[in-house]
Amino acid sequence: MIQLKRFFTVLTALVVTTGWVATASAAGAIKIGVAGAHSGDLASYGLPTLQAVRLVVHNVNEQGGINGIPLELLVEDDACKPEIAANIATKLVSNGVNAVIGHTCSGPTEVALKTYLNAKVLVISPTATTPSLTQSGQYPNFYRTIASDDAQARVLVNFTLNTLNVTKIAVLHDKGEYGKGLAEYAQTFIKQSGKAAVVLYEGITPGAVDYSAVVQKIKRSSAEAVLFGGYHPEASKIVGQMRQKRLPIPFVSDDGIKDDTFIKVAGKDAEGVYATGPADVSSNPITKAYREQFKKAEGREPGAFFDNAIAAALTLTNAMVKAGSAEPETLAKALRENETATPFGNLRFDAKGESIGIGFSIYQVQNGQFVQVQ
Amino acid sequence: MEYFIELLFSGLTRGSIYALIALGYTMVYGIIGLINFAHGEMYMIGAFTALIVSSVLSIYGLPLPAILILTALAAATWAAAYGFTVERLAYRPLRNAPRLTPLISAIGMSIFLQNYVLLAQTSDFLPFPALIPDIPWLEPYAAIIGSTDLTILVVAAVAMLLLTLLIKYSRIGKAMRATAQDQKMALLVGVNVDRIIYITFVIGSALAAIGGLLIASHIGQINFSIGFIAGIKAFTAAVLGGIGSIPGAVLGSFVLGLTEAFATGYVSSDYEDVFAFSLLVLILIFRPSGLLGKATMEKV
Repeated sequence: MIQLKRFFTVLTALVVTTGWVATASAAGAIKIGVAGAHSGDLASYGLPTLQAVRLVVHNVNEQGGINGIPLELLVEDDACKPEIAANIATKLVSNGVNAVIGHTCSGPTEVALKTYLNAKVLVISPTATTPSLTQSGQYPNFYRTIASDDAQARVLVNFTLNTLNVTKIAVLHDKGEYGKGLAEYAQTFIKQSGKAAVVLYEGITPGAVDYSAVVQKIKRSSAEAVLFGGYHPEASKIVGQMRQKRLPIPFVSDDGIKDDTFIKVAGKDAEGVYATGPADVSSNPITKAYREQFKKAEGREPGAFFDNAIAAALTLTNAMVKAGSAEPETLAKALRENETATPFGNLRFDAKGESIGIGFSIYQVQNGQFVQVQ
Repeated sequence: MEYFIELLFSGLTRGSIYALIALGYTMVYGIIGLINFAHGEMYMIGAFTALIVSSVLSIYGLPLPAILILTALAAATWAAAYGFTVERLAYRPLRNAPRLTPLISAIGMSIFLQNYVLLAQTSDFLPFPALIPDIPWLEPYAAIIGSTDLTILVVAAVAMLLLTLLIKYSRIGKAMRATAQDQKMALLVGVNVDRIIYITFVIGSALAAIGGLLIASHIGQINFSIGFIAGIKAFTAAVLGGIGSIPGAVLGSFVLGLTEAFATGYVSSDYEDVFAFSLLVLILIFRPSGLLGKATMEKV
């Protein structure tokens, strides 16, 4: 801290003598880095985070900052490129950042995390979903306010095992990146649980005119449920052909089919189908308040992962208030121990840095509509 | 054994689906030596027409068999009109151009028609009603073959038979064979070659439209891009059987469909296409002109 103070003194001197930097850089300001894709192809995923953090920081500073100390933002653009992310991390650390919200993409986040870890800087990402970031245990300084890629598979598998109570499961996917990834996680989780066997694991060809052969194979495997990773056009064909071949077992799938088009196309065959989907947060008062504030300021709807970024900024600022300092270890402790009211309800983090409370719900098609069942 | 029979019928269903489209491919190729890449789009347009007509008719409360027949007629007529127009606009002006030119024109037509339907209709998947009712006496076998599968199988067989008879025994069939052998000579002996070619396109497109109706009611959904994948598979089947040969197209379709079904059933559907295309390569190595294709000398 002494070093930090000396640094700030120097900085203040610099501000006074040169007059470049805004007055908010007064000594003692807590610096929050916002790093992510603010340009390039993926800017539409990164910019809403920046806008969300600005809103929260603005509100906090209006109310007198963190225990009287104002917040200051250090904004850096990595364009979702790992090599830029590494440089940015070094720059932020040498500028004395206290905590970072970001980065947008998982790859750059991992690269930057190494630098942040050495400097003991705490990082919360509202968008990086690669499971290993938290699960490898390599980055105790990393937290996220979004469900990891395997969370959906975990929810699907838990539901199939514990609620549907089946012991033989057929896992299918559409050979796509999304569907196959999900199916692979699902297969691993089923095996790990030891409660059920994967009796069939197959990739189907998307766009085919007929899936009866694979349906016959499911039937022969005596599976008690089908777990499908993929999107609705294939799902509706498969479930339709299952019913045509008089195979009545439950069909469970991901949020790639949780779309009204699925119900429209599959018609009566859609009845009883289960699908995961993000829990609906639009009625949460905090979600509403921030979305309104954004709309008033910008005149448009907020972009992707806006709610997740609000949650990241709120949990971070709340932990700073609770910890009474921006020192990494106390901050991390406060982050894990305190619940924060966010757009996703009351949120806290587990030991790995995964947020508890942001996740997927299970929906079922009942009378032509998706109804939340769990 | 039961599993084998189930897979056999899966393969036959798939095969007859391919056959309905492959027949049109092979007919056009047999007569003018053009691979009509827009043929898959005739199938797609047929399916869209069928959807529109059947929805309108069901509003008027007609009985299902009447809806089915009227829809089939409308779809066949409308797609035939498209086939005629495409031939007139995109292929006839290129009749004497090098072979590659009409091929490019065909690909262009395919892209044009897909995007036309995308803009005029929708990019979404649309539900397609099951136009063929469940047959009560088939119910005990529903797990093996459904009413729609059976209809497709029968229609494909009948279409193959009628086309073969038409080409072998009718006046117009004779004229078609003459056109196929030598267009200039046919013209000299009084065959109206232009007329024969557009009739070929009209028949092929009408058949594809009937296929579109049946296949769409089998899988229950349509979209502007369904013609592409179905077209590629049907084309493969036609080449496998010997492009230009009517029974060859049907045989090739069944071989392809059965290979896919058994590969899925006994190995893995991950390798479905690997098996199908390995088979194609093997057959073409040993019989370069396909299973029933005739090895013909290139005319000089």
